[in-house]
Amino acid sequence: MNYINQAITWLNDPLNWTNPSTGIIDLLVQHLRLSALAVLLGCLVAWPIGLWLGHVGRGGGFVVLVSNVTLAIPTLALLEIFPLISFIGVTDTSIVLALAVFAIPPLLANAYTGLREVDPDVREAARGMGLSGWQMLWRVELPLAIPYLAAGFRTAAVQVVATATLASLAAGGGLGEIISEGFGLGLSVAGGQVLAGGLLVALLALSVEGVFAVVQRLVTPKPLRRAPRTRPTRLAAVDGQ
Amino acid sequence: MSLPDSPVLAYDAPANPWFSWQYLHDNHDALLAALREHASLTAEAVVIAAVVAIPLAVLAYWYRRLSGPILALSGVLYTIPSLALFAFLAPLIGIGRLTVLIGLVLYALLMIVRNSLAGLNQVPEDVLDAARGMGYGRFARLLRIELPLALPGVLTGLRLATVSTVALTTVGILVGHGGLGQLINHGFHSNYRAEIATATVTAVLLALVLDLVLTTIGRLLTPWRRRASS
Repeated sequence: MNYINQAITWLNDPLNWTNPSTGIIDLLVQHLRLSALAVLLGCLVAWPIGLWLGHVGRGGGFVVLVSNVTLAIPTLALLEIFPLISFIGVTDTSIVLALAVFAIPPLLANAYTGLREVDPDVREAARGMGLSGWQMLWRVELPLAIPYLAAGFRTAAVQVVATATLASLAAGGGLGEIISEGFGLGLSVAGGQVLAGGLLVALLALSVEGVFAVVQRLVTPKPLRRAPRTRPTRLAAVDGQ
Repeated sequence: MSLPDSPVLAYDAPANPWFSWQYLHDNHDALLAALREHASLTAEAVVIAAVVAIPLAVLAYWYRRLSGPILALSGVLYTIPSLALFAFLAPLIGIGRLTVLIGLVLYALLMIVRNSLAGLNQVPEDVLDAARGMGYGRFARLLRIELPLALPGVLTGLRLATVSTVALTTVGILVGHGGLGQLINHGFHSNYRAEIATATVTAVLLALVLDLVLTTIGRLLTPWRRRASS
């Protein structure tokens, strides 16, 4: 109980919100900026590859391999290895690069799956109408794959925002700073700060998840909204509520 | 004023390679101790999680009304970043190995529940009908038909849980029990590339080896799938 009171007190101190560069607002802005850059970089790399592989219908094994291998790499390790690479150094770039690595698998897998799930009859019809490969990709396959792309984007965004908290253990920055600093000071001194930081970080992750769930729904054309295979478990959870 | 030519200025920066036999030779005890802590934390977390998660999945399978809340809760918990989870647990439980273990169990739980439930839901209705017709009761059906047929789903859950637990254990450095994460973090803060790279590679190898072990167990336990796929 004591920690909860301390956490409330900590959150009620306006200085903890407005302090330049160590206050919640500045840390949040930094957190979102790093995350956005990482997701953007991930999209630039993963979507063209995923869409192309899906279009030509090859490389499924490669997509699975990328997902499995990145799952096994500790997030913390990449966040701490990139700063030690000479030409990167302890910079924001090191954080963005490490985060982007973890954004790629969901983006890649969903882009690939989205294109593979396009009804072969639709492809046939498009080819019959005389569309070239590029036209088919751009005007038929891509629009049909949008629900999948949105699902992948949401997964990647949530994962990157969550992972970005660990940057505080390496190059530094982001909302995770509040927690790491609290742990550094010791629980007896800063237990409330640790708890408050945990609350803020959890809220941020859940809000990002919520916002992109809505975005995913909005960009999905009505007839495709109940497509059950986008994300089986998550959708089952939503349907069951 | 120009500096006198000093031989010191001609030296290169000290070598800081990403891999060094010297490091392995001097530190294999520390590496093995970290590996042991890492592997034991992972194994305990996955075993405890499985013991809790599989009955939960069965419960959600039997009582459809429970499956919504269970999956929704697991979705929410899974979205919470690990750092935040440790921030909630540490003030409650204190600083120590138990805090890491509970955090790891919570994350592993979710993956096993979801995949086990998916496995159970995939059992064909015809098979269940046949079992009912043969007079199987609820528990006999569960133990002899549903769980064996759901095994691929359960194993997928166990594999995912194991691999991500190995990766997640490193965050335990926050409370001083991060297994190989301790070395990774130490290597980072002392700018020691060999230490950080060796510990990272060891962690990835541990994940891959455990994954291979579980895959092999899965193949041995589901001989009917092997025959069907070949």
